[in-house]
Amino acid sequence: MSDYDPVEVTPLHADELARAEADALAAISSAADLDELKQVRLAHAGDRSPIALANREIGALPPAARAEAGKRIGAARKAVGEALAVRQTELEAERDARVLVEETVDVTLPWDRAPRGARHPLTTLQERIADCFVAMGYEVAEGPELEAEWFNFDALNIAPDHPARSDHDTFFVESVKSGKVLRTQTSPVQIRALLERPLPVYVISPGKVFRTDELDATHTPVFHQVEGLAIDKGLTMAHLKGTLDRFAEVMFGEGISTRFRPNYFPFTEPSAEMDLRCFVCRGASSVPGNPPCRTCKSEGWIEWGGCGMVNPRVLIACGVDPSVYSGFAFGMGIERTLMFRHNAEDMRDMVEGDIRFTLPFGMEV
Amino acid sequence: MKVPLSWLREYVDLPPVTAHEIADKLTAAGLKLEAIASHGHDLKNVVVGQVIEIEELTGFKKPIRHCLVDVGEAEPREIVCGATNFAVGAVVPVALPGAVLPGGFEIASRKTYGRLSDGMICSEAELGIAESSPGILLLPADTPLGADVVELLGLRDDVLELEITPDCGYALSIRGVAREAATAFGVPFRDPAALELPATDGVTHPAEIGDPTACDRFVLRAVSGFDPSAESPLWMRVRLTRAGMRPVSLAVDVTNYVMLELGQPLHAFDRNTIQGGIVVRRALPGERLETLDHVTRDLAEDDILITDDSGAIGLAGTMGGLSTEISDSTTDIVIEAAHFSATGVARMSRRHNLVSEASKRFERGVDRELPLAASWRAVQLLTELGDGVAEPGVTHAQADVAPVAITIPSGHPARVAGVPYTRETVVTRLEQIGCRVVDGVVEAAEGGRGVAATGVVTSGDLAAKLAVSGDDPITVYPPSWRPDLTDPNDLAEEVIRLEGYDTLPSILPGAPAGAGLTETQRLRRRVGRALALSGYVEVLSYPFIGTRDLDHLQLPADDDRRRATRLVNPLSEDEPFMRTTLLPGLLKTLVRNVGRGFTDLALFETGLVYRPGADAPETAPILTVERRPTDEELALFTAALPEQPVRVAAVLAGEFERSGWWGQGRAATWADAIEAARAVAREAGVTLDIRADQHEPWHPGRCAALYVGEVLVGHAGELHPRVVEAFGLPKRTAAMELELSRLAAPAPAQTPSISAYPVATQDVALIVPADTPVSSVEAALRDGAGDLLESVRLFDVYEGAQAGEGNKSLAYTLRFRATDRTLTADEIAAARDAAVELAAAQVGARLRGV
Repeated sequence: MSDYDPVEVTPLHADELARAEADALAAISSAADLDELKQVRLAHAGDRSPIALANREIGALPPAARAEAGKRIGAARKAVGEALAVRQTELEAERDARVLVEETVDVTLPWDRAPRGARHPLTTLQERIADCFVAMGYEVAEGPELEAEWFNFDALNIAPDHPARSDHDTFFVESVKSGKVLRTQTSPVQIRALLERPLPVYVISPGKVFRTDELDATHTPVFHQVEGLAIDKGLTMAHLKGTLDRFAEVMFGEGISTRFRPNYFPFTEPSAEMDLRCFVCRGASSVPGNPPCRTCKSEGWIEWGGCGMVNPRVLIACGVDPSVYSGFAFGMGIERTLMFRHNAEDMRDMVEGDIRFTLPFGMEV
Repeated sequence: MKVPLSWLREYVDLPPVTAHEIADKLTAAGLKLEAIASHGHDLKNVVVGQVIEIEELTGFKKPIRHCLVDVGEAEPREIVCGATNFAVGAVVPVALPGAVLPGGFEIASRKTYGRLSDGMICSEAELGIAESSPGILLLPADTPLGADVVELLGLRDDVLELEITPDCGYALSIRGVAREAATAFGVPFRDPAALELPATDGVTHPAEIGDPTACDRFVLRAVSGFDPSAESPLWMRVRLTRAGMRPVSLAVDVTNYVMLELGQPLHAFDRNTIQGGIVVRRALPGERLETLDHVTRDLAEDDILITDDSGAIGLAGTMGGLSTEISDSTTDIVIEAAHFSATGVARMSRRHNLVSEASKRFERGVDRELPLAASWRAVQLLTELGDGVAEPGVTHAQADVAPVAITIPSGHPARVAGVPYTRETVVTRLEQIGCRVVDGVVEAAEGGRGVAATGVVTSGDLAAKLAVSGDDPITVYPPSWRPDLTDPNDLAEEVIRLEGYDTLPSILPGAPAGAGLTETQRLRRRVGRALALSGYVEVLSYPFIGTRDLDHLQLPADDDRRRATRLVNPLSEDEPFMRTTLLPGLLKTLVRNVGRGFTDLALFETGLVYRPGADAPETAPILTVERRPTDEELALFTAALPEQPVRVAAVLAGEFERSGWWGQGRAATWADAIEAARAVAREAGVTLDIRADQHEPWHPGRCAALYVGEVLVGHAGELHPRVVEAFGLPKRTAAMELELSRLAAPAPAQTPSISAYPVATQDVALIVPADTPVSSVEAALRDGAGDLLESVRLFDVYEGAQAGEGNKSLAYTLRFRATDRTLTADEIAAARDAAVELAAAQVGARLRGV
């Protein structure tokens, strides 16, 4: 180090430094865009720039000269840095004003390259109903669609010559004496649930059922029902009413209740037909003078399904002691519920598989 | 059941409320209103007149009369009339100017046929009484002139149409509805069956019950000297018509009228055609009967017959025989009123496909105590209206029947309802429906349970299981018209229904915590969501298929899917089978959508297929319902029913990715179908092993068998061109079908360890014989690369000249990463080389350019 002549350290000459600074400022001001400015920054403010190189030489100066040289370099760096920042801001503004405008696209262009599908509303409605009851502690029970007659009729207290049996328009399988049918209702799942599950039983069972009706706007030979069954100690008709009121609220909104009318089902005693408070007019249309309601035909109520206390004869067929256990069952049509809840008007739309019917329902109903 | 309110009000003092209010109360009691028909409310200004002069007008195409009619005013009115069934002196209904007839037809004074017509002489049809009528309605000669015809004939009425449930046979009568109405309004009921019967001596016509399980009461009464030309009075015809029955002749109308009023079906025989004594019995082998509808029927041995010396003369409670029918010369009539087996009539009615007003009532239960009264009421009407004479005596055959008695704790209805009814309420309500209620348990010596030969028979064992014990027992004897009341809960329903279902409180039960959906149930939902998000639209097609569908699928003769369950009564003879595959329904739905103008389609369905076992028993048992089936018995059901696994299938055609302003789209291919299957498998947490296969209905070169391990779960690929043509599908339609039931519910996914060390990427191009399945190359690479391999991805397949004849070049990117260090160049090279070496050993791969 001792033979080092500080005077000969060219980069530190005031002139050299001034020229380097001038070059840098000139380059900065002539940079036309942000890419060029990036190059300029590398060349004039980067690690290999003249000013940076000069800075490295400071160590070679005698201590007395270092402070002064450092000051000069600092000033040069500051000037270049400020010029860069200013130019950067200028060019960014320029780019924003010009380039981004040039790159403008029409964001209203469609992009339906891979359209989404949809699930059938009868499927998702069954799931929603199941979820409502699962939240109350129920489990989802299942059974075969091609079912033994004993489950579909006999065990449900529908004797072979019972008028209700002939009302069912049953599809018989293989022969009328085979003891096998397409289930006409989801009620046989009640029997299976009671045979298979430990008591108490709280199950909900949505599924496909079959009757020999021709397809028209309000009938279809293949349709869906949901069956509910609760067997426990001390269950009463008041519990049935409470359960269905809750269900109605979840499906149709706060304050929608149910009304029971006496009816007859062989597998429940007492039995009731369940009406739903019209969720459109909420009963207002049944008051004379109020505007009419299309949904409930101004009756204020809509027929929704059947229900009742499980007939002790059904419990006996499943080996449940009716002197200890009691309970209730209910059932309603999913198609009908879809018609109410989503203004579906024609049963045929639900079975034909036209994509225009299903797509709007998406993933959930 | 159609109930004219005027008829109802004869037996119950209903308050002056509207028909709707009455209907509401009946609906709340369980007799549901179907419709209300109003009659005669708009009918006014029709009065009684007498024709005092007739002038026949000539020169017209039809006979026209100009009449002078006295309507009780100072001057007679001139009326032009086109009917000719009346003479001077006839008393007729006259619609005066200003009158409005049914259908809004307004009468005005006008000139017609050159004369003034100051009103109209009316027929029954014009008054809305009958559908059609041949001429003017002629009124009795002593009818007061000028009287209001509507009032006089009772034409103003409302008819409630009620839906009667199968347990309420008693409500298929004015009597039954009146009783319910009386209870509903809390007003007195006058029983139309409470008639004073004449003291009788002797038998009308010899008759006996041959089978007490078929009939437990058989009553005959007779009328002689009946005038066969006597017509039914207008009031009776009006009531019958409004109750939905067509007037026929006086004898027939009377039997129908009494049936509607009391609920007892009656049958009228021409006495002179009966040969010898009557026996009620089951049919003998080979017996036949020609019924009133002129159909000759082969009888089954179970049929219940009314017979005489000549053989069958009637199907009991269903339809009479032709040989003993009342004719227009019958003067001597035998009226039959009986109590037949409900199930016997039901079976017979179904077997002969014969539903009559009588069979409907017997099936649902008729009051066993009615025959004597109902037959007497009929005899009264026949003698009054048809000039006949009641023959002395009555034939009354019967089998002994023990009364039904049901013992319940008085608190039972309250326990069923969840409402604290008082004992008094319970007893009062039961008495209102006609029950006799006795305190305490009555020993079976007096009562016993439901042993009526023709009613519900409850075995002692079942009765014991149904019995409800508890404090304060009461024994209830249901009335004879309520054979439906046999069990404790039947009585509970009566109390709760009459107290009002609207008074039930709403209480949520505290169900125990459930386990939520099962993994299988969740999987089914996820599969649906995954496919829908991939672009598939769900359909729910009917599960019916025909042989033609299976032929269209090109299934070989011995294909398992041809072994299908056949329906006895299919909706269409073209589709008599239950589906064994989801594809026909989906493909037909796809075609329907194409027909409606949609060409880019992706559809899926999840549902059961029905796969009968080759050796399954032909019949499923019908077991007793008096106890739980044994496990062995339950196994018989399982064996007899077809397997019903859940499948998911998808079909797609047209563009899977759409063309648009961005450029060309991408047609749906075999690969999309397989990917749909992969999407399903992913939801089940498994990776499908894809193997080339040849399986109908797929294209033999574009068909994948889908395996999970060594379990075949389905197929996917492009459909065979023959299938495409047979179903009329778009070209290159692809499909996937997979048996969800064969995918186990997924185990919880395991968290992978995430390495933050850098990834090392190596590309390799391998030359393999062109027919090498890519899956085996990838498997070799994976195995060979070992644990450091993070992923392997095929990014190019090349089959050009540079790959060499009969070869293809596969370009892969291999990514390596360690969990605990940065890999060295040597480690990376070693792993890559090991991968290539194993591919070389297993599938003969060599590095390209080496």
